[in-house]
Amino acid sequence: MGEVATATRRVPAAALPARLREPWWAPRRRERLLQVAFLVPAVLYLALFFGYPVVQNVVMGFQEYTTRTFYTGEAPWVGLDNYATVLASPLFGQAMLNTVLFTVGSIAGQFCIGLAIAVFFQRKFPLSGLLRSLLLLPWLIPLIVSGAVWRWILDQDNGALNRFLGGLGLVGENPGWLTSTSLALIAVIGVNIWIGIPFNTTILYGGLQDVPEELYEAAALDGATGWRAFRHVTWPLLRPVVNVVLVLGVVYTIKVLDIILGLTGGGPANATQTIATQSYHLSFREFRFGEGAALGNVLIVISLVFALLYLRANRKAVRG
Amino acid sequence: MTRKWSNTVIGVLLLAVMLFPLYWMLNVSLQPSGSAVGTPWIPLQLSFDGYATAVREQGGHLLTSLVVGAGSVVFSLLVATPAAYALAHFRVRGAGIVLFGILISQMIPGIVVANALYSAYNDLGLLNSIPGLILADSTHGIPFAILIMRAFLGAIPSEVTEAARVDGAGQIRTFVAIVLPMSRNALITAALFTFLFTWSDFLFALTLTTTEDVRPVTLGIYQYIGAYVSDWSSVMATAVLASLPAVVLLVVAQRYVAAGVSSGAVK
Repeated sequence: MGEVATATRRVPAAALPARLREPWWAPRRRERLLQVAFLVPAVLYLALFFGYPVVQNVVMGFQEYTTRTFYTGEAPWVGLDNYATVLASPLFGQAMLNTVLFTVGSIAGQFCIGLAIAVFFQRKFPLSGLLRSLLLLPWLIPLIVSGAVWRWILDQDNGALNRFLGGLGLVGENPGWLTSTSLALIAVIGVNIWIGIPFNTTILYGGLQDVPEELYEAAALDGATGWRAFRHVTWPLLRPVVNVVLVLGVVYTIKVLDIILGLTGGGPANATQTIATQSYHLSFREFRFGEGAALGNVLIVISLVFALLYLRANRKAVRG
Repeated sequence: MTRKWSNTVIGVLLLAVMLFPLYWMLNVSLQPSGSAVGTPWIPLQLSFDGYATAVREQGGHLLTSLVVGAGSVVFSLLVATPAAYALAHFRVRGAGIVLFGILISQMIPGIVVANALYSAYNDLGLLNSIPGLILADSTHGIPFAILIMRAFLGAIPSEVTEAARVDGAGQIRTFVAIVLPMSRNALITAALFTFLFTWSDFLFALTLTTTEDVRPVTLGIYQYIGAYVSDWSSVMATAVLASLPAVVLLVVAQRYVAAGVSSGAVK
């Protein structure tokens, strides 16, 4: 709307094509304005709740923004100090490593298991539809609920997992899944894999359904069945869906907070602290909003760079 | 024939493994409180003490979640439906930018949004308020609702809307009287997911509320497990109650859910 208004102001009316010279109440102009009006609420919302926070976060990253700011309204400009503090902190290296391990581990696990289950469900057997939709449950329940449930299952002394393993005689001493610095990250990744399998299965199953049956028949005539059919028929045709699943998976996993806060709160001794949880910690536990914002911005950049690199690498791969 | 059913057996076993944690949640929730040590594998002594405690201590939080969820559904659909229609049917300038913006919005971490909203909300007096939570939680629902409804509404043939226009219906009338009734399924799907996203929200509950006044159940659970837990049956009872919307959704609207998961993500 604004675009048209400024254009009218700048250019003399006579120079405009007839369409633009019409007043706004003329039927055709009104029509276009109305069409734009359908988009206005959504655009405003996106600007206020995604655009503004990002801009505000960039600004806050350069400010000393603490609890005091809320009383005095002052947020002194500190240049790159926040970034220097955050990046030089020994915690940053660990949080970065944890983020990478958490993301790569989760996605690899979710994707492989999800794909295997999707392929299995392609066999069309009695009750498969019902089983497939029940499989969605872990993904649909609130993350914090999964966190609470797994926290109790993974409990060192009374958790179901250790009782099961102990009963089988697999472990001598109860492992502290969430309390040992060497196991906690593995446990958190495991839980996150469990949460993500349904999503991966559902989308990949949808993709598999779109592979035409005739192609398998043709491949079978050429002697390609089983693994070879999958490798040469299914996989190439599934590629676009695989890309969507992987990009979305990484973008969502990289910013996950709920599950880590629910299971370990980033501990023990920061063993499960990621960039996202660390950013939360700085802002809302230590009330150093400026530093929290700086770290949040680092997270956005990582996410963007990943998506761009991946999509580019992929376009090249597709072009051959 | 037998081969088919043996696949079903494998499928059931697979599901049993995947759903074990949920079974365990139900099992513990039905145990008498204080039986944390050596919980039996099945609830031999059925007890609803956990639920009594959960409703007593978390009933208000559940209600808050319900109100915020319902509010967010209404708000999200009001914002998203016209936009989805416009993106699917009009050739408006800037539509591509809007779509791109929606996709990019998925990459913005919630903590970044929360970080900035906290200070804005503090100035506007929206901290610890239901409207504040509704607005913030709609960040989960609106982009998704626009994408999924755009996919659905795009399937309405433009001949239908054009016919309505020829009959003299205005743009708004066409939308309200023709398009909306035709897109019932899309609206239901978007509403279900928006509700579920808001109901599950934890981050904004955690960061944008500071007092007991307005407290969604997700935060109630977090507080339960944040302290030393002596009574797991009431924690698990609350967890079961907080999972009910997801279960209801699957039972009542199975076909919408599968459609929502795939089309919302792929398109």
